[in-house]
Amino acid sequence: MNDVNKQTVDYSAFPDERGHFGQFGGRFVSETLIYALDELQEIYAGLKDNPEFQAEFDRDLAHYVGRPSPLYHAERWSRELGGAQIYLKREDLNHTGAHKVNNTIGQALLAKMTGKSRVIAETGAGQHGVATATVAARLGLKCQVYMGAEDVRRQALNVYRMKLLGAEVIPVTSGSKTLKDAMNEALRDWSTNVDDTFYIIGTVAGPHPYPQLVRDFQAVIGREARAQCLERTGKLPDALVACVGGGSNAIGLFHPFLRDESVAMYGVEAGGDGVDTGRHAAPLNDGIPGVLHGNRTYLMEDENGQIIETHSVSAGLDYPGVGPEHAWLKDLGRVKYVAINDAEALAAFRKTTRTEGIMPALESSHALAYAEKLAPTMDKEQIIIVNLSGRGDKDILTVADIDGITV
Amino acid sequence: MSRISQQFEQLSSAGRKALVAYIVNGDPVREATLPTMHKMVEAGVDIIELGVPFSDPMAEGPVIQKGHERALVHRVSLTDTIAMVAEFRKTNQHTPVLLMGYANPVERMGYASFAERAASAGVDGLLTVDLPPEELEGLKQELASRDMDNIFLLAPTTRVERAREIAAHASGFLYYVSLKGVTGAGHLDIESVKRKLDEFGKLTDLPMCVGFGIKDAASASAVAKLADGVVIGSVLVDAMGKMAGRPAGEVADAVGAIISDIRQALDNL
Ligand SMILES: Cc1ncc(COP(=O)(O)O)c(C=O)c1O
Repeated sequence: MNDVNKQTVDYSAFPDERGHFGQFGGRFVSETLIYALDELQEIYAGLKDNPEFQAEFDRDLAHYVGRPSPLYHAERWSRELGGAQIYLKREDLNHTGAHKVNNTIGQALLAKMTGKSRVIAETGAGQHGVATATVAARLGLKCQVYMGAEDVRRQALNVYRMKLLGAEVIPVTSGSKTLKDAMNEALRDWSTNVDDTFYIIGTVAGPHPYPQLVRDFQAVIGREARAQCLERTGKLPDALVACVGGGSNAIGLFHPFLRDESVAMYGVEAGGDGVDTGRHAAPLNDGIPGVLHGNRTYLMEDENGQIIETHSVSAGLDYPGVGPEHAWLKDLGRVKYVAINDAEALAAFRKTTRTEGIMPALESSHALAYAEKLAPTMDKEQIIIVNLSGRGDKDILTVADIDGITV
Repeated sequence: MSRISQQFEQLSSAGRKALVAYIVNGDPVREATLPTMHKMVEAGVDIIELGVPFSDPMAEGPVIQKGHERALVHRVSLTDTIAMVAEFRKTNQHTPVLLMGYANPVERMGYASFAERAASAGVDGLLTVDLPPEELEGLKQELASRDMDNIFLLAPTTRVERAREIAAHASGFLYYVSLKGVTGAGHLDIESVKRKLDEFGKLTDLPMCVGFGIKDAASASAVAKLADGVVIGSVLVDAMGKMAGRPAGEVADAVGAIISDIRQALDNL
């Protein structure tokens, strides 16, 4: 834990001017998009510290999303585990049911400033698609959402929610038909319709400035959790745990604590069938640095540099890359990245549902499963905050399917 | 002087326009590529752009995406593509060949290793769609020290100050993307191409070629009047996809026929 390197890093100074976190991040896109990214960066730089913009963002979060989200002490579960006290940051209680909406509210405000009439998004589990369709409905913007054909099948409920909200869902049939291919297609759309279209990226990936602005919008999670924990317990937590797909809920929780050296952090990737089987979605555990979707980061790829298919029971974690800031935090040793496999996540889904009466998203279940391993190794006075990034309603059909039940 | 620059010099003194043509290595099958490359030259191609198959070809339209997918079924790699150029060079030492693709396979091979292997195979240049000048550190030197050209894209959205900077990094020629969008798109607007080329032409002495959205002799002629050359790709890849399953010689002939048509139109300007 006492790595000299990480103590001397000023985390708030990253990314640098060109979007780099050390060797990671940057802007690896085709020339057509550079202009749009420059424009977005300029607009964001002008608004980032603008009190009016922040006030509008905060107002929307309070009255539309329902923030602050509670920090709930899972007493019964903690007692059963016999170790650290587990607190759940209840992002599942946000409007639309996940942390994703924090970001879409922020980007929708940016879209409004640019005067563009159309928004597009990529989505995996459909949570980001729903959150985008929601803000688009509220602002009267035309909305198209790219979703891998495989995910359209797995997340039928969210597909229908998006349609009800007035968005068009476009199934993507190229490549592995999941989130990465949806992102390719959204980037293609954006370079074609760059004049009138704002691309709302759903996680801390993509080209600069997306990893920065999505982080800034999601950091409300960690700011609240920090204040809530101090108020309730008089001290900082000892550990933070969050699942990592692209990494937005995790960085949102972690970022406001990065300077607090006593706070350990665990990012939980999707172990799929197990990291040693190769069938997983855990690039920080078992990937190497490369370039995809506009940034340099850890990727799952073969020996020829082709991106390989990922496997996870949870559509929202089924992505072969990860936000560049996580790649950097891994190399700095500030955050430890671990993996939880499908079976462990499903067990945690059932456990949390039965023990606390909270049905978590399968994504969040990965974080819960890791907390379950971590808590017994710690003292009863210690505190773990788990980011409960979303609710499990969208996953009921998946779980029923695994149970062999037709709902 | 690089093979690419020599080619442009010869074309210019002959008063001809450059015809640059793109196919994907290993599409639809490995055996098709070599005969097709030779046929392309025979039919009048001046520079071959050999596509390096990639799992996530972000800037390609559906036609070229499918070309990449067909090649990837046979696991055709960057290593194979460099080897293909070496094969081609056994009987053709004069036609420039540049590799066009995405950053990750080159990253994976390593910049120095890539440059070394590509140069010794007879590759003349590299066009990496998702590697803008800002992110070029490391690769630029490796290419330059081996006299390989670095081809960059300019887009309708590129601002003049930036175009000047890109031109300063570029060598061989500059590639103007004629429209906002992906390869194979169908909304070419000659007037706007003309305006942009007038603007960018003042910034550089490098030859300027125009690509994306050129599908036949007519669109090629219209664009060639404004530039030093034209780039065609989707029409060829589309034809090759339709010929999947046929003997390599037939695939090559189909490509040759499309090219002859366009060559003729360019020579009659
Ligand atoms: C509930 C939930 N948690 C987590 C994720 C993973 O995304 P990220 O890693 O960006 O938080 C998703 C993505 O769809 C999600 O829906």
